[in-house]
Amino acid sequence: MAELTYRQAIAAGIAQEMGRDPSVVLLGEDVGAAAGVFKTYSGLYKQFGPTRVRDTPISEEAIVGAAIGAAMTGLRPVADIMFADFLATCWDMVANQAAKTRYMLDGQVTLPLVIVTGNGGGLRFGAQHSQSLENWAMAVPGLKVVAPSTPADAFGLLAASIRDPDPVLFFGHKALYAVKASVPDGEHVEALGRAVIRREGKDVTLLALAAMVPRALAAAEVLAEHGIDATVVDLRTLVPLDTATIFEAVSRTGVAFTVEENPRLLGWGAEIASLIAEECFEALDAPVVRITAPHVPLPAAGVLEDSAIPSVERICATVLERCA
Amino acid sequence: MTSTPIGTTPGRADQATRVQMYEQMVHIRSFEKRVLALFHQGLVPATSHLSTGMEAIAVGVAANLRPGDSTLCTYRGHAHVLARGSSMEAMFAELIGRATGLLGGKGGSMHLASAEHGALGSYAIVGAHIPIAAGVAWSAQYRNTDQVVACFFGDGATNIGAFHEGLNLAAVWKLPVVFVCENNRYMEYTPIGSVTAVAHPAADRARAYGLEPVLIDGNDADVVFTAAAEACSRARAGDGPTLIEAETYRHFGHSNSDPAKYRPEAEVEEWLERDPITIYRSRLLAEGLDESVLTQIDVSADDAVEQAASAALAAPVPTVDEIEKNVWADGSGSWRS
Repeated sequence: MAELTYRQAIAAGIAQEMGRDPSVVLLGEDVGAAAGVFKTYSGLYKQFGPTRVRDTPISEEAIVGAAIGAAMTGLRPVADIMFADFLATCWDMVANQAAKTRYMLDGQVTLPLVIVTGNGGGLRFGAQHSQSLENWAMAVPGLKVVAPSTPADAFGLLAASIRDPDPVLFFGHKALYAVKASVPDGEHVEALGRAVIRREGKDVTLLALAAMVPRALAAAEVLAEHGIDATVVDLRTLVPLDTATIFEAVSRTGVAFTVEENPRLLGWGAEIASLIAEECFEALDAPVVRITAPHVPLPAAGVLEDSAIPSVERICATVLERCA
Repeated sequence: MTSTPIGTTPGRADQATRVQMYEQMVHIRSFEKRVLALFHQGLVPATSHLSTGMEAIAVGVAANLRPGDSTLCTYRGHAHVLARGSSMEAMFAELIGRATGLLGGKGGSMHLASAEHGALGSYAIVGAHIPIAAGVAWSAQYRNTDQVVACFFGDGATNIGAFHEGLNLAAVWKLPVVFVCENNRYMEYTPIGSVTAVAHPAADRARAYGLEPVLIDGNDADVVFTAAAEACSRARAGDGPTLIEAETYRHFGHSNSDPAKYRPEAEVEEWLERDPITIYRSRLLAEGLDESVLTQIDVSADDAVEQAASAALAAPVPTVDEIEKNVWADGSGSWRS
């Protein structure tokens, strides 16, 4: 198995799909010779050339709009939106056009497009370059939502997103780009809509996404020292949501926490807590507790940002307090 | 009504095409007249946006399009979807929410589309389809076809960001798009001149994208045809987009709920005199076309419209299990795996 960084895995996932399917194209700001501002597209321009890897102006509406038009007519575009925060500048294209066109046209067209974006905090970029916005996308019918936590998943879930016939928002996590881990050799494609249990434990279940997965896993090791055995579920995709795996894990422990990087109100954990309450209430020994960022714009200074995003310490403290 | 493209070189349309343009205008006029009647009967819910008075633009451009070419238009899109050959019955059915509707009742008045005819949607967020049209054209270019995309929008759309982003991208990438601004002088209820920095909202901005300004009489089907023919030739030859501003006027308000009292009476009168169908009919007659040919077209248009409307009215409403269908490509609407 090769060792790849998360950012290399993104490029590798796209390269795999561009290699097998000439209808796959990549567009976005600085994605060509510059390989993306986060170097998530290294090697693609050289390998596939300027007609398949196209630099665009700073025009997010044009980037996503062009991807929509191309997807409707036979291409499989991968559109880069540099920072997830910039989705706000093209939200009409994402939420009104990409998400709804197939439904409004009663299936006359399909939209096999992927928007790859740099999501999440931890890098001191401040409130307009650090948000975790998966819940924006999750709230819009017609969008699939993917947020990998490992290089292997960045590769395999991106490949799956490109092959998927529907619009997918692929939230890469900026704080994970440098993480290196093994990636399976050969063709690698994961399935959308499958959560993975990263750690089995009998006492509590931690439901986490993207950068919160390694933190939940680290917290589980600390909790083990306190005699609490934690299951960690990596949700991987929010839409489709793998409720079966979630309910199964929660039912085994009877106690569930969500670990969310997003601000408090209406983060993805709110929906999951609601589903657990509605559909496996009898399995619960305690209320579902959500560990989130406070409901504030994310601050820039290190001490403030670190305090806002759920840390290993805060996860442990919350679990220990609830399980006391 | 057919959408058969007639092979013509840039310039004047041949006689068969011209008669066909007349026929299409008459069909569109008659269709929209019936839509308004259905609205007043309470059968078309919400509202609809008529292009009555603006038909020459739709038919003049469509006469230059071939199978495989695409049309993207706005919520004022009946004319454009009809001009590509879509079924009137299915359009009526969509407007009145029937199962046999073009979109199965899911889209409604503002989203008419017929992908099989190249009508890739009517867009109800102003300007949104301008970048999308660029994307359709990018696909045509990438696939090495000579397909072109016709993208219609109103004067109001020239003041939204998507216009700028889409025009710039199309120009930089030399995409095969014919952008057609239907300048009907009012953005909803407001005179476009009072909210726009330039006199000609599209033409005066063409040079900002490295394009030649093209300002035409949108009420003259021959003029529209010629301008569109040149633009399509450029696009098919790989010479990039054209931005046409076609001056026109809507006979009715912005939507069916708008009596359009904000327009000076003299202005309305002046433009009613410039009715594109009247103008074209007179011209064809003056050139010696037998009036019975045109009268036959007029009568059969009304018959076809009546037949289509009756069939739509007799159709059932959708079954509620349709709600969860076709969100996704597998036909389902499920958000959980």
